[in-house]
Amino acid sequence: MTEVTLDGVNKLFGSVTAVKDFNLSIDDSEFVVFVGPSGCGKSTTLRMLAGLEDVSSGSILIDGQIVNNVHPKDRDIAMVFQNYALYPHMNVFDNISFGLRAKKLPRNEIETRTYEAAEILGLNELLKRRPGELSGGQKQRVAMGRAIVRKPKVFLFDEPLSNLDAKLRHKMRAEMKLLHQRVQTTTVYVTHDQVEAMTLADRIVIMNEGQIEQVGSPAEVYKKPSSQFVASFIGSPAMNFATGVISQTNQGNSLVTENGEDITLVDCDITDARKIQLGFRPEHMLLSEKTKSSKGHVCVNARIKVVEPMGHETVLTCNAAFGEIVGKCEGDKQFQVGEDIHFQIRSDHLHYFDFTTGLRI
Amino acid sequence: MNDFNATMARLERAQPGKVILWTLLFIGGVIMITPIIFMVSTSFKTGQEVYELSIIPQKPTLENYIFILQESKFMRWMLNSLWVATFSTASVLFFDSLVGYTLAKFDFRGRQIVFVAILSTLMIPTEMLIIPWYMMSRSFGWIDTYWGIAFPGLMTGFGTFLMRQFFMNLPDELIEAARIDGWSEFAIWSRIAMPLVIPALSALAIFHFLGNWTAFLWPLIVINDLDLYTIPVGIASFNGEFQMDWEVVMTASCLATLPTLLVFLVLQKFIIRGIMLAGLKG
Ligand SMILES: Nc1ncnc2c1ncn2[C@@H]1O[C@H](COP(=O)(O)OP(=O)(O)OP(=O)(O)O)[C@@H](O)[C@H]1O
Ligand SMILES: [Mg+2]
Repeated sequence: MTEVTLDGVNKLFGSVTAVKDFNLSIDDSEFVVFVGPSGCGKSTTLRMLAGLEDVSSGSILIDGQIVNNVHPKDRDIAMVFQNYALYPHMNVFDNISFGLRAKKLPRNEIETRTYEAAEILGLNELLKRRPGELSGGQKQRVAMGRAIVRKPKVFLFDEPLSNLDAKLRHKMRAEMKLLHQRVQTTTVYVTHDQVEAMTLADRIVIMNEGQIEQVGSPAEVYKKPSSQFVASFIGSPAMNFATGVISQTNQGNSLVTENGEDITLVDCDITDARKIQLGFRPEHMLLSEKTKSSKGHVCVNARIKVVEPMGHETVLTCNAAFGEIVGKCEGDKQFQVGEDIHFQIRSDHLHYFDFTTGLRI
Repeated sequence: MNDFNATMARLERAQPGKVILWTLLFIGGVIMITPIIFMVSTSFKTGQEVYELSIIPQKPTLENYIFILQESKFMRWMLNSLWVATFSTASVLFFDSLVGYTLAKFDFRGRQIVFVAILSTLMIPTEMLIIPWYMMSRSFGWIDTYWGIAFPGLMTGFGTFLMRQFFMNLPDELIEAARIDGWSEFAIWSRIAMPLVIPALSALAIFHFLGNWTAFLWPLIVINDLDLYTIPVGIASFNGEFQMDWEVVMTASCLATLPTLLVFLVLQKFIIRGIMLAGLKG
């Protein structure tokens, strides 16, 4: 039963603001993922939660108690570091039980709990080995073991999978999720990998330059990104954007792009002539014979530049009049470089962002 | 001879640089080892034979050894030296690494100043410090005590510097992980940091022990009591007493190198690098 609250938290390193006015309430047993580009303050926020970094202003609450001045060891949290930080001179058993020994628990309890944690993570065979004799995935598991054995109130993970190869990362991601379903501990997880964020999170916190851009469920941030930054960050391949000014014509609204090519918009409620960014995702672009926008669909014309067949789907990088766009379509179609193609995008799959503020309209 | 020529030719064709290097090393080695061979050989010679340059003694004798072990205070000096060097080395290992760790891993106001101050002590030669040390010892009553011999070397600038450099390489995450695990700062130092710098500690121990073992000037000054002499002071005293009995001096020197050899052999196997980063990354 643990809730974590960050209330107007700021962090300054000298004159550099690493985290700015961070407000977030994390519910009991929730899995929250902080995601954002490098240097956006994810680790700093996590380290403030852990007590490894002081808070410049604002407060951090665990279970309603302000913990700003509470030592890390008294916060009842466990942290897994990006490089695992296993103690190189201790074997796996000692690594996992080191935290329990600090609490001076009775010996048999330490053993029971350590074996239990090792069991959950499948480390039984490895207990006598030292970190130097483990593979990357095994080290990662030991690091997790060290966290779960303490049965803390909160788990903090700082990019725990980033040192693994793609396949192993996928596997460990699933194990991570399983583990959370099993122990139900409130978790804060930092990553710069949006796929990890989408698959693991109950709620995603997207950060940029020390500030929260959006908080929401994976579906929310995918469907309704609150800013152009979020829209471009979530999703792979990234969302396409066309910059232009809204103008009204007799057929309805259209977007006049900088290169002069117009995109006729349908079902667009924006009436003033403002500069916007129109966004649409590669996976929402449907191939079509039609070259004009029609009811419910907006048309984008382009010429194929690069074809990347992936088997089940093909990624097309194309030149449109307003710039480069990336589209996705089924893998069984054949494409020629230089071919002219037409995409239809459902109007409810269009995202409008104000050009100057970047905010969703 | 043909064989030899062939071998040389092959070597030279393969790596002419290596041949030169090995030759230089060989010459260096000979220069280093010759005095030691003479020391050992002289220790088995009689007084008449000392000035003959033969390496193998004509009439090998153990009399020098018997004389030293039975008729002089050599064993007593050995114990003095052993005690002072061990005590002082233990102290250096403890304090230098504690201060080095603090300088490397804690951020506090004035850290840089403290570090520079410690470094600057390296630039003051022992000879300059001997008079202040002596005056200190006299006013505190440390003349003719073990403490008097040992106190200047209980903490060293060099050791502190060395340990700081090694602790700097220790990943912060290890310390932070232990902090979250609930250990005190002192426990983190002793249980995490220290075991990971054992190679450095061993090197420092060898260095300091040898330095202390061979220290001459300060023990000579602070000690007057024959019973408290350290080995180098004791060996030097043979000169005066028996008008340059080189065979006795050489025998004492031979015996005196044994403990240092032992210390080196025991500690050098701890100087294995590579354990430090083994717990990190995938
Ligand atoms: N100890 C420090 N001293 C000064 N500046 C720091 C310190 N730690 C972090 N910063 C700065 O704070 C900002 C946020 O850093 P942080 O490590 O939180 O980023 P991050 O989001 O974790 O990035 P990454 O994905 O690369 O790990 C960066 O601009 C960084 O340079
Ligand atoms: Mg980080």
